[in-house]
Amino acid sequence: MSATRERLDGAAGEEAALARLADGLARRAEDEDLLDVAYRTLDTPVGTLLLAGTVAGLVRVAYDCEDHDAVLQSLAERVSPRVLRAPARLDAVAGELEEYFAGTRTAFDVPLDLRLAAGFRRSVVEALPRIAFGATASYTQVAALTGSPGAVRAVGTACARNPLPVVVPCHRVVRSDGSPGQYVGGAAAKVSLLALEARRG
Amino acid sequence: MDVLRHPESTGREPFEVVVARHGAVVLRVCRAVVGPDAADDAWSETFLSALRAWPSLPPGSDVRAWLVTIAHRKAVDAHRAAVRRPTPTDVLPERGGDLLGDWRADLWEAVGELPGKQRRCVAYHHLAGLPWAEVAALVGGSEAAARRAGADGVRALRRRWFEQEAPSTTAREEER
Repeated sequence: MSATRERLDGAAGEEAALARLADGLARRAEDEDLLDVAYRTLDTPVGTLLLAGTVAGLVRVAYDCEDHDAVLQSLAERVSPRVLRAPARLDAVAGELEEYFAGTRTAFDVPLDLRLAAGFRRSVVEALPRIAFGATASYTQVAALTGSPGAVRAVGTACARNPLPVVVPCHRVVRSDGSPGQYVGGAAAKVSLLALEARRG
Repeated sequence: MDVLRHPESTGREPFEVVVARHGAVVLRVCRAVVGPDAADDAWSETFLSALRAWPSLPPGSDVRAWLVTIAHRKAVDAHRAAVRRPTPTDVLPERGGDLLGDWRADLWEAVGELPGKQRRCVAYHHLAGLPWAEVAALVGGSEAAARRAGADGVRALRRRWFEQEAPSTTAREEER
């Protein structure tokens, strides 16, 4: 029996067959409305980003340092366990991100699914796109933007937990003294994004 | 074989993890049970069905056994839908030299020529690693009968495939 199994495991081409079958499964899942969360990765100057989308829109962007497996597990628990690698749904946002990193795009116009940001965090996420490309705002200024000028610390938390970094520009929120401060993708990524926007803007 | 089985505790893992973890075993089972040509469709139907049901699978379920059960039902359905069965030939497939792909194709043909119950018992126990009790629950009959069918299948495979010199007609007649 072990000899039988060994020969079967020898599977030349099995990996290729499985990759092809998985692609086909993702397409059929999309056709039959079973693809609740589609994801892909994208290599960028700030590392490999995980992009995840529901039928409503982009639901999550995650940096390497957030641990992509952990992020997918969290999506399975909070959105739906019907999660598949399926690049097609993310093609539009991947294209816009490539343009952004190439310096030819200053705003994103793909649909966003903000279900992972509730309550005050959601107000912050909705306010952030009002900080223009190339500009920055302090946590205090963003608190004022949301209509809760006293909620400076809560703005900090909301930025740190932004489910859609890069696309929703929490990197444009800096300390009052102008220093970059903390960032979900690490301080270096924040500096790098601000520098990219400063060059272009 | 049982050491390869690992309990999985959740129906809430990303389904992609299920495909990555069990895709290969299910493909081998499909190839053995419905033959290499129909295996891709059987695999796709199995995983599409599983994806549909995944959110409601009770926690603690044995995911591999669950997938094999779905694959089995799909194979039975396909058979009932009068999909042609592999026709036994009197000529053994030629061994294609030392190329991996060639002798693998041989094996699938040899498995495909086993009688249905033997073929399924070999696939579910030896390829998918299901215990005989679960194999029996799928194919019907007692655990002992499933065990016997599996042993007969493996013996037939050995005869046809490992000892290709042996005259094929004798091997086939012995089985009847």
